[in-house]
Amino acid sequence: MNALALGLRRARFETAVYFRQGDTVFFTFLFPVVMLTIFSVAFSSAGNFGTKPDGSGGITAAAFYLPGMIAAGILLSGVQNLAVDIAVERGDGTLKRLAGTPLPVLSYFVGKFLQVLATSALQIVLLLLVARIAFQVALPADASKWLTFVWVYLLGITTSAVLGIALSRVPRTGKSATAVIVPMVLVLQFISGVYLSFSQLPSWLQSFASVFPLKWLAQGMRSVFLPSTFETLEPGGSWDAAGTAAVLGVWLVVGVVAARLTFRWIRKDS
Amino acid sequence: MSETEHVSVRDLRKTYGAFDAVDGISFDIGRGETFALLGPNGAGKSTTIEILEGYRDRTSGDVTVLGQDPGRAGRDWRGRIGMVLQSSGESGNVGVRELIAHFATFYPNPRDVDETIAAVGLTEKAGTRIRALSGGQRRRVDVALGVIGRPELLFLDEPTTGFDPEARHEFWSLIRLLKREGTTILLTTHYLDEAAQLGDRAGVVVGGRLVALGPVDEIGGQDSRIPVVRWVDAAGQREQRTTEPTALVAELHRSTGGEVRSLEVIRPSLEDVYLDLVAKHDSTATPTGVLA
Repeated sequence: MNALALGLRRARFETAVYFRQGDTVFFTFLFPVVMLTIFSVAFSSAGNFGTKPDGSGGITAAAFYLPGMIAAGILLSGVQNLAVDIAVERGDGTLKRLAGTPLPVLSYFVGKFLQVLATSALQIVLLLLVARIAFQVALPADASKWLTFVWVYLLGITTSAVLGIALSRVPRTGKSATAVIVPMVLVLQFISGVYLSFSQLPSWLQSFASVFPLKWLAQGMRSVFLPSTFETLEPGGSWDAAGTAAVLGVWLVVGVVAARLTFRWIRKDS
Repeated sequence: MSETEHVSVRDLRKTYGAFDAVDGISFDIGRGETFALLGPNGAGKSTTIEILEGYRDRTSGDVTVLGQDPGRAGRDWRGRIGMVLQSSGESGNVGVRELIAHFATFYPNPRDVDETIAAVGLTEKAGTRIRALSGGQRRRVDVALGVIGRPELLFLDEPTTGFDPEARHEFWSLIRLLKREGTTILLTTHYLDEAAQLGDRAGVVVGGRLVALGPVDEIGGQDSRIPVVRWVDAAGQREQRTTEPTALVAELHRSTGGEVRSLEVIRPSLEDVYLDLVAKHDSTATPTGVLA
């Protein structure tokens, strides 16, 4: 069987195993859905977000938080999922065992990436369904908005997956993987406009968060799902699609280089 | 394949700083042969086997496994090799049959999945998740994954640790089946009866050096296999090594004029020979064998 066909086998196997791990399903797959639900319910009586003085242009809490939760989901499904997963596989001997078989390393990564793609796509579908059905969020009707969604999603999920592979070398043991990775990802969510409105953060924190990809991923998703009246709230008063593409692209390259330098299929301790 | 030796090791060395984990080991394993690598913990057995498996680099020496250098061998080579590693993996959220069937897809000419599951005695557990298995049952999964690719050369690194006696005997039957099929096997084990049962030849490693090498029933030299006669007389416990134990016993019977107390004739087992060898070459070990 060639490397690509084996990669598809791995993807099916990995996706099946993913959904059997209760902690991963909750903290990676369902977490953004749970947070969207909590925020939407908690702020439902606080009135609309972004209402103009004349009473128009406001959106519900659910509509306001949806793009951030989609961005967080992409980060969790890529970075948190893969960094923890691969660190655990290195720790429990799974990687060593696979490396002793004729499975090509390419198939292993094709399997991981397709697992990430499948689970994150399902996660976003679930988020959109909850937003639409439970909270009556109006989704964009404009095709160009969905085109933006597709490229931001694909660039974002690829970058997240690659960064997850690179970060899997940070935890020293498989057992400590969750404790090391989850706080990093959580802090990033707080400073990148997922849980807290980005425009209300102090400007030095905004500048700091702008170094990392999640801020740009969230901004890209806001440009898809929020009305154009919200564009003026962004730093610089623009969705800055070029900035999103550039920063995510740089992190993609950084991730590929770091993963290439740190990942060992057969780890020789010589 | 044209090569007659499946494994060839010449003056293998592996140093960690000032410590010589493997200090100049040489041996060959012929095609279809079962070779047992024996030695105390920390003697360098696992380091040696991991170098042969391609998991570790060597400091110096020549190593050829199935005609290739394991440090550079690729996917085709790994398709001809099976490994049962010392530590088993998997987080456990996978079914027994599911995992073995998945690994079977990696190999060009795998064994039948259900037959392999039956051969390791897990048919009744085929649908069970790995995490619900006992330690011995997990080890059987490791063995199944090691042989699923129909390997020409199989590495077994302490394969029966944690097995109950019945499971060990079943495992031996499986290995004998693989031997009959012509599989070359490199075995490390702490159970000397296992090495005696399965091994054609054995090597004993102590302190990174090979201190004995030969057929399992000859290793340690002929002298180490001279029977020991033990008995108790008025002076207490007596012991004598002799190549003619029958004559000695007859003489004892004559001189005692009746039944000799606590009479034993002991033919040294591989374990006795092994313990004797280790004690001779390892200053830190205390002699505990029958020959001590």
